[in-house]
Amino acid sequence: MTQPDTSDAAAETLKGGPRRRRVRMTGRGVPLPLLIPALVGLAFLLLPLIALLVRAPWRSLPSQLTSTEVWQALQLSLFSATAATVVSLVLGVPLAWVLARTEFPGRGFLRALVTLPLVLPPVVGGVALLLALGRNGVVGQWLDSWFGITLPFTTTGVVVAEAFVAMPFLVISVEGTLRAADPRYEEAAQTLGASRFTAFRRVTLPLIAPGIAAGAVLAWARALGEFGATITFAGNFPGRTQTMPLAVYLALQNDPEAAIALSLVLLAVSIAVLAGLRDRWMTAS
Amino acid sequence: MTRSARRTRRTLQVAGAGAAALLALSACSSSDDSSSSKSNSSASASPKMSGTVTVFAAASLQESFTTLGKEFEKANPGTKVTFSFGGSDSLAASITGGAPADVFAAASPKTMAIVTDKGDGVGTPATFVRNQLEIATLPGNPDKVTSLKDLTKSSLKVVLCDKTVPCGAAAQKALTASKLKLTPVSYEADVKSALTKVELKEADAAVVYKTDVHAAGSKVQGVEFPESADAINDYPIVLLKNAPNAVAAKAFIALVQSTEGQKVLSAAGFLKP
Repeated sequence: MTQPDTSDAAAETLKGGPRRRRVRMTGRGVPLPLLIPALVGLAFLLLPLIALLVRAPWRSLPSQLTSTEVWQALQLSLFSATAATVVSLVLGVPLAWVLARTEFPGRGFLRALVTLPLVLPPVVGGVALLLALGRNGVVGQWLDSWFGITLPFTTTGVVVAEAFVAMPFLVISVEGTLRAADPRYEEAAQTLGASRFTAFRRVTLPLIAPGIAAGAVLAWARALGEFGATITFAGNFPGRTQTMPLAVYLALQNDPEAAIALSLVLLAVSIAVLAGLRDRWMTAS
Repeated sequence: MTRSARRTRRTLQVAGAGAAALLALSACSSSDDSSSSKSNSSASASPKMSGTVTVFAAASLQESFTTLGKEFEKANPGTKVTFSFGGSDSLAASITGGAPADVFAAASPKTMAIVTDKGDGVGTPATFVRNQLEIATLPGNPDKVTSLKDLTKSSLKVVLCDKTVPCGAAAQKALTASKLKLTPVSYEADVKSALTKVELKEADAAVVYKTDVHAAGSKVQGVEFPESADAINDYPIVLLKNAPNAVAAKAFIALVQSTEGQKVLSAAGFLKP
């Protein structure tokens, strides 16, 4: 991961394929045993998306997309994904810093735990959240009896569920950037009299800003697509907890056309995010 | 390459790895429960039954059909009954998609029609049981729910099934018939998740099937309500046209409809047709 060579390759991949120079160096095109599986792989990834476009009810699309329920779901999705990203930034950046810049026993284990929600089935995450923060949960029962706060079935619950699955993306991304950033700048700032926190605020943060931004976009995109944890923990109520993915899933049961229309919106947003990620943070600076 | 350029590259690399992880992981949310069940039997012409009967049945039938399957195997040595339980909608879709099943038992005539309209059934489906709605409350009924009207109190957290699934449609029918307006905290995707919210005490009450309350045992308490009579679900069963083991399948349907079979189904809370 820290080899400049691989980082170049990864960057080039995101920019849209390997450099021409390299292709010319290997010479005489792509060998068939590589080309065929590569094309099959490409088709496998793109075909479902093309099918979505082919089967889209283009004629009824305007009326589908302007219905109140769709707008409610879209607004809620955008709001809750943004809120979840803010939560992830406020809590995730310090966590990433602790993981990258301090030494303590069990740090590797802690790091593995942080990444757990990445591989955990989201439904399992939702069940875990219910057992922890639900009205009858380990922590939730105190929230309820002391402050009268219950998280399930609320928009806050949606944000909590989304932050749970999205924050690891940000933490991993920021931690990686921190590891790559030269700590000598911070050390220099400290020898000049800055406290460790001031050094973090004035030196480290600007240094890793692109990494934080990239992580935030990934977290936002993941939050936007969240389904399992949300429906398990926050339930489904139009305007309050019904985000776009939930609306898609339920629409599919009796109105596939509406489901396709909603899916198109999410697809468009996702493409916009990836495109934005590439232009803003990949090629700039 | 300058230091800052290298740093940018590293940032890119981190973001690139993240993007790859995102693409790899973001689609792992919903699960597909259309199952693949195998059927290795062939329709034998011999009068003696053998081989596997594959039954696609609504999730609410799980308990009672499993019992009936065991009884069938005991009564007919050499046979085996395999089940695929799931949402009637997705089961119907599997059948019309060519799943090798012998029998289909659906939770509503509407989902049965998906199969019969395609001509995948043999003859007219027979209604073998009916299911009635019931209110599931917390054990001991601490909120003293005695009627459907009690659920409209704003202090209660009530969950309903979404209107797109049979239990939600039935609940809506009962509410409309009694001219009640009920705002739940959530419209759940299926009857089991509605019940789960009550079992976990996250919701105070849910409108579910009588059989689900029965199956949940002491974890919830059932409250019957008269309006449920307006929204009773018929459960139809049918022999499938491309049944690999039609002889044994017919015998299984006969068992379900027999007095013995009805006894098992009544014990689970189903009503007689």
